[in-house]
Amino acid sequence: MSTRVFGSGIRRREDPRLITGAATYTDDYTLPDMVHMVLLRSPHAHARIKRIDTTRAKAAPGVVAVFIGTDVEGALNPMPCAWLVPNSNLKVAGYPCIAKDMVRYVGDIVAAVVAESPYQATDALDLIVVDYEPLPAVIDPEKAKQSGAPQVHSNVENNVAFHWTVTGGDVDGTFQKADVVIKERIVQQRLIPNAMEPRSALAHWSGASGELTLWNTTQNPHIARFLCSVVTGVPEDKLRVIATEVGGGFGSKIPAYPADFITVFCAKKLNRPVKWTESRRENFQGTTHGRDHIQDVELAATKDGKVLGIKATSYSGMGAYLSTAAPGIPTILHGLMLSGPYDIAAIREDVYGIYTNGTPVEAYRGAGRPEATFILERLMDMLAAKLGMDPIDLRKKNFIPKFENGHTVATGLSYDSGNYAGALQKLVDHVAYKDLRRQQAEDRKKGRYLGIGISTYVEICGLGPSQVAGAVGFQGGLWESAIVRFHPTGKVNVFIGANPHGQGEETTFAQIVAEEIGVDVNDVKVIHGDTQTTPMGWGTYGSRTTAVGGAALVMATRKVKEKAKVIAAHLLEAAVEDMDYKDGKFFVKGSPDKAKTIQDIALMANVAWNMPAGVEAGLEASSFYDPPNFTYPFGAHLAVVELDPETGQIDVRRYVAVDDCGPQINPVIVEGQVHGGVVQGIGQALWEGAVYDENGQLLTGSMLDYALPRADRLPDMEVLSTVTPSPHHPIGVKGIGEAGTIASTAAVYNAVIDALSPFGVQTIRMPVTPERAFNAIQEAKAGRR
Amino acid sequence: MKFPISVTLNGRPYRREVEPRQLLVHLIRDLGGVTGTKIGCDTSQCGACTVLLDGVAIKSCTALAVQADGTSITTIEGLAGDGQLHPLQEAFWNKHGLQCGYCTPGMILAAHELLRTNPQPSDDQIRHGLEGNMCRCTGYQNIIRAVREAAAAMRRKG
Ligand code: FES
Ligand code: FES
Repeated sequence: MSTRVFGSGIRRREDPRLITGAATYTDDYTLPDMVHMVLLRSPHAHARIKRIDTTRAKAAPGVVAVFIGTDVEGALNPMPCAWLVPNSNLKVAGYPCIAKDMVRYVGDIVAAVVAESPYQATDALDLIVVDYEPLPAVIDPEKAKQSGAPQVHSNVENNVAFHWTVTGGDVDGTFQKADVVIKERIVQQRLIPNAMEPRSALAHWSGASGELTLWNTTQNPHIARFLCSVVTGVPEDKLRVIATEVGGGFGSKIPAYPADFITVFCAKKLNRPVKWTESRRENFQGTTHGRDHIQDVELAATKDGKVLGIKATSYSGMGAYLSTAAPGIPTILHGLMLSGPYDIAAIREDVYGIYTNGTPVEAYRGAGRPEATFILERLMDMLAAKLGMDPIDLRKKNFIPKFENGHTVATGLSYDSGNYAGALQKLVDHVAYKDLRRQQAEDRKKGRYLGIGISTYVEICGLGPSQVAGAVGFQGGLWESAIVRFHPTGKVNVFIGANPHGQGEETTFAQIVAEEIGVDVNDVKVIHGDTQTTPMGWGTYGSRTTAVGGAALVMATRKVKEKAKVIAAHLLEAAVEDMDYKDGKFFVKGSPDKAKTIQDIALMANVAWNMPAGVEAGLEASSFYDPPNFTYPFGAHLAVVELDPETGQIDVRRYVAVDDCGPQINPVIVEGQVHGGVVQGIGQALWEGAVYDENGQLLTGSMLDYALPRADRLPDMEVLSTVTPSPHHPIGVKGIGEAGTIASTAAVYNAVIDALSPFGVQTIRMPVTPERAFNAIQEAKAGRR
Repeated sequence: MKFPISVTLNGRPYRREVEPRQLLVHLIRDLGGVTGTKIGCDTSQCGACTVLLDGVAIKSCTALAVQADGTSITTIEGLAGDGQLHPLQEAFWNKHGLQCGYCTPGMILAAHELLRTNPQPSDDQIRHGLEGNMCRCTGYQNIIRAVREAAAAMRRKG
């Protein structure tokens, strides 16, 4: 091949079906005889259920059945938690699929109605009478821990689900001898992921064979199958989960959900296909949220700006129940990352996971790492302000120096490779940082308030070695798998266990195969999302699909190549050692004109007329790749915001990202991932946040009330990169799915504070709405008077 | 009580009896198995359900099926003509204007409306023209690029 397809921004293979409306997401399937399920959800954040009367609902037109908690008892096991963080005194409270005596958040499921049409099912919902005895509710995780707070679960004292600590170095000694100690309270507000496709499940039960097919909106169909089996009792070998088209997830489609299993229950019970699709309103209440931490953080430093230690206490809201992976997020994915890109000798964090009467919390893009980055980047800026240093210089002073193969930080993690100063320097040069500051000063004299914010980060991704997963309590493995299958015509099918849902691996994985074995990228079809056809895998999250699944694919392709070489040697009557390979052709060293193409070999292997002795027919290989370490992408971002002090309005005027995810298979897709990630992080800084009232009612319960980023509020982003390969990955790639979100909230927030500082405002809650910014300015003015 | 209506969907005529409360988006998704029109919200915010009603874009979750009586509806499936992608579809593909694709049908049809009323929009006008359509994946930037490219292509075609 003349032009290398690896590293080029080719158009995506998945797009033709998506731009023509031919793609079928879960809700797009209709089966013969299918009925529709809708759910009655609790309107109270905390209440005792005294009585439920479904008589009228059952008699309503079109209604097939109504089920309540007592109906599923025994048939549906409690929802499991699958990240049992060790040494944390974790208390997994009972999580029934349908609440029976108690509801614990607005959105807790109370009943399921199945009817011939969704309209009829919805009508019947209103006819169910539930007699509730409302109880006091608690939403704030810090308050929930105090004695006398409402108890979410009677057997979990002070609502403490777990208490986990990480310690490295002499923290107390460090803080005692430090010249400077900076303290801050950070509130990582609750966010609502809002993947554009609502969640959905369609269950088809075949009574005769005892087989169940579940179409489901999931990022990880194999985990979904596993957990579905655990909860519904359908044996795993008779369960098929299909999630071939998923409309975004951002973490909210990782966990198992009661609704999906109730759908399965109904399908089995009624012996008819049952479909459930949430409304957006339901999504706001019943699909997992993200973040929700209140954190007291401290930094110790010398007077010339060397950071010595970090100390933090986090009250992390879990919501009413522990969602599948929830306990791992504020702990393993957060506390262990508190060194960031910096050399910090002493680190400690205490994390309290707290039950509240909110919607259960799960991973949300970045999951733990944006919060860790925020702590460090906020404290860095505060230290810079205190010492009168430039934030760039301060960061440079504290970076871990460039390393290519391993660096261990105080929390015990061993980073793979990094060049943090390199990424920051690229950013500084690109924006001409000094000029930018000069311009800012001039503008300020003219009454224009710009703020410049920096954020540098390193993230842990490519989750991860399975042995580590086990050691940190993750109830599964974290390897990935791939099968590479050559057809007689030389066309290739790739089957993967991971499940991309927008990230473009149908394209980038074809590029990997093309690179490794010289086939045309258009001759490779990548298949995912169906547990019946794909090998086991742990799913798409944690920026791991390319980092881990891509490695599995490289390994499988290389196995195919080895076999092809043996067959080629046989066909060319040469010794295997004498064989050479280039661009899809196998030939004897020195005679490239007499070559066997990979297509020739695929044909021969499939017809097997003339195979080397002892070599099996077929050209196919699989690999189960368990990475030796995590990968650690990094980068440096800069935001410029403009504040209108008269109204408090803040606009992002400029955004520059420098990210290092190792070699890029498809730079256009990498850029797209950065765009999307950055905007989600900007959303957190400026617009998004779940608001509950004191009774636990979700006030931001619709797209009208919860401010998602819109096209007209955003600038064009400038996306740059550096390339530092991971030493342990077969092609060096690290992962890019979450980088944007991890960096951008802190960058924008720091820019906001920079813009507000002339008014004496040093801290402000996120999202920094115009109202908050305006009030902060007024309060600071009043305080000065 | 049901009302008889007739609509043309992507060039094909249909007659149906519909409940007065049925939403147009549900009718479209039920009619002939074309499910490219998506539902992303219940408050008219997201635009995933955008279709062309007699050539003009509307959010089909915000109209009743009965209101579409006698009209001609174009969904994403009807946009490509003669096996040829519409320039907007082509541009979204070229510019990586989609990731999960869920917002895409609505986004493309909203962009269609924008270019119908303003064939040469500035980036700012594109951003404002699409503010009623939400995308959680792309950060919008490549969507803006795609619409810009499509506008140029459509002007060239005349
Ligand atoms: S579904 Fe119509 S605007 Fe969201
Ligand atoms: S591409 Fe996923 S919502 Fe727009």
